[in-house]
Amino acid sequence: MGKIVLKQVRKSFGDVHVIPSVDLTIENGEFVVFVGPSGCGKSTLLRLIAGLEDTSSGTIEIDGKDATMLPPAKRGLAMVFQSYALYPHMTVRKNIMFPLKMAGMDPEAATKKADAAAKVLNLTNYMERKPGQLSGGQRQRVAIGRAIVREPAAFLFDEPLSNLDAALRGNMRLEITELHQTLKTTMIYVTHDQVEAMTMADKIVVLQAGNIEQVGSPLELYNHPANAFVAGFIGSPRMNLLEGADAAAVGAKTIGVRPEHLEISTTAGQWKGTVAVAELLGSDTFLHVNVEGHGTMTVRGGGDVNLRHGDTVYLTPQAGKTHRFGQDGKALV
Amino acid sequence: MARAVTPRRKLFFTLAAWTVALLIFFPVFWTILTSFKTEASAVATPPQLFTADWTLQNYSDVWARSDYPRFFLNSVIISIGSTLLGLMIAIPAAWSMAFVPGKKTKDLLMWMLSTKMMPAAAVLIPMYLIFQKTGLFDTRIGLVLALMLMNLPVIIWMLYTYFKEIPGEILEAARMDGASLKNEVLYILTPMAVPGIASTMLLNIILAWNEAFWTITLTTVNAAPLSAFIASFSAPQGLFYAKLSAASTMAIAPILIMGWFGQKQLVRGLTFGAVK
Repeated sequence: MGKIVLKQVRKSFGDVHVIPSVDLTIENGEFVVFVGPSGCGKSTLLRLIAGLEDTSSGTIEIDGKDATMLPPAKRGLAMVFQSYALYPHMTVRKNIMFPLKMAGMDPEAATKKADAAAKVLNLTNYMERKPGQLSGGQRQRVAIGRAIVREPAAFLFDEPLSNLDAALRGNMRLEITELHQTLKTTMIYVTHDQVEAMTMADKIVVLQAGNIEQVGSPLELYNHPANAFVAGFIGSPRMNLLEGADAAAVGAKTIGVRPEHLEISTTAGQWKGTVAVAELLGSDTFLHVNVEGHGTMTVRGGGDVNLRHGDTVYLTPQAGKTHRFGQDGKALV
Repeated sequence: MARAVTPRRKLFFTLAAWTVALLIFFPVFWTILTSFKTEASAVATPPQLFTADWTLQNYSDVWARSDYPRFFLNSVIISIGSTLLGLMIAIPAAWSMAFVPGKKTKDLLMWMLSTKMMPAAAVLIPMYLIFQKTGLFDTRIGLVLALMLMNLPVIIWMLYTYFKEIPGEILEAARMDGASLKNEVLYILTPMAVPGIASTMLLNIILAWNEAFWTITLTTVNAAPLSAFIASFSAPQGLFYAKLSAASTMAIAPILIMGWFGQKQLVRGLTFGAVK
């Protein structure tokens, strides 16, 4: 079990309203990602759920029970921190066993559980080492091991991969996703990296200035962004947002076209521009094109696109792939 | 830009450091030498650094004349007792200041430190009267309390500095792992702060051991520690420099030896957090 319901949760630090008011339901077994730019309140929201911060008002229910006033230890949740937060003076084994020791579990049973968790996380050979003797990826696995053994109602991850290099981040992303598929436990994951959000989540919660901008599956958010902010935030490279006559022509304040939904031509098209930078990735080519009247637009082409700095190109949005947004930034149906 | 360390510069600074160190140590060295001299050569004019008639007589005289073991035991009880009691109060105090600071925490810390700026003699009369009225005068528990209170600001300040170096996320992780406040302090904070706690302990034992104003003022016989033992040799019979030096050496020797063995810890603790 691990259903979490937030009802009108507010958090203020003095006069600063970090979370103005949030209502959110996280179903049992869901992998939910909180995503948003720095300072959007996603970590604060996670800490409110964890009990590490007190709410200013509103209620947090865990499995149908009001947990708003419960201390962190009593909420049945486990958390993995960005800095790993391992106990440096304890071995890996003692780190993993610590929550069990605090729960008063018999040491023999605790050892068995820690060994089982270590096996799942490929830590068996490192059990007697101290955290200082481990690599970043191994430390993060120990932090996850410490969370697993508690058999929590839900796992909370606070930007757990930000301190890892790109290659390791990719591996750990897979490991956490696999772990979710194995354990089928609710996971709430905070990140500012929309790639992590898209690849891992069952449900994404996009936050801005403490407000939920949209909640939905990754593809819902990608295909039907509720507003220009979500449209710009979800998808990599980010969506091209254009204003002016082209937008007015379709009855919108802003129109958006994703880089992968623009056709490239060297002879004719809707917008004429000059290639400023061509990023060749092998499988893809990202062109940054200076378009007259619209500034820089990003286009995603195949790996065989043979265009370079200074070349003239014409861009045309694919039919039905243009998003329209009104004066208030909301998507127009 | 890093400044090049030339051999000449290095030699200069090494010599300067040794000169300063020897100047600081010279009075102690002079005292130790004097303790092995006869009374006559101890007061010879002009003063002699070395003498021909070395003797151990002063030590046997001092030992015979006074109850050294009792003074020593009092010093041990008072310095260790006041330090341990101080730590018991300072650890939770420093914890709250470091991890759940209020708006006035910084002011509180400054206020506590400001109490150390006041001359001890300013509160001599009230302290003396309080000790007399409460029956704490000339008791070990009285001195433990007095020295603990005297050093508490220093203990709290030192521990606060060490605790500030411990990432708050680690304590939050412990809280998530089900640790109560007691267990958080016991299993996580204290072991992580061991170097800091050890050096705080060491420094406070030294401060309490060497304290003379209150230990002499608030004791007569029963609770008198080694500072009073030294003072007793400058009493009615006049000044006997060689015997006084022997008594001083006997009083400072234990703490000097402890300081020598603990110097690594002490330096590590005092520079803790200076470089991240």
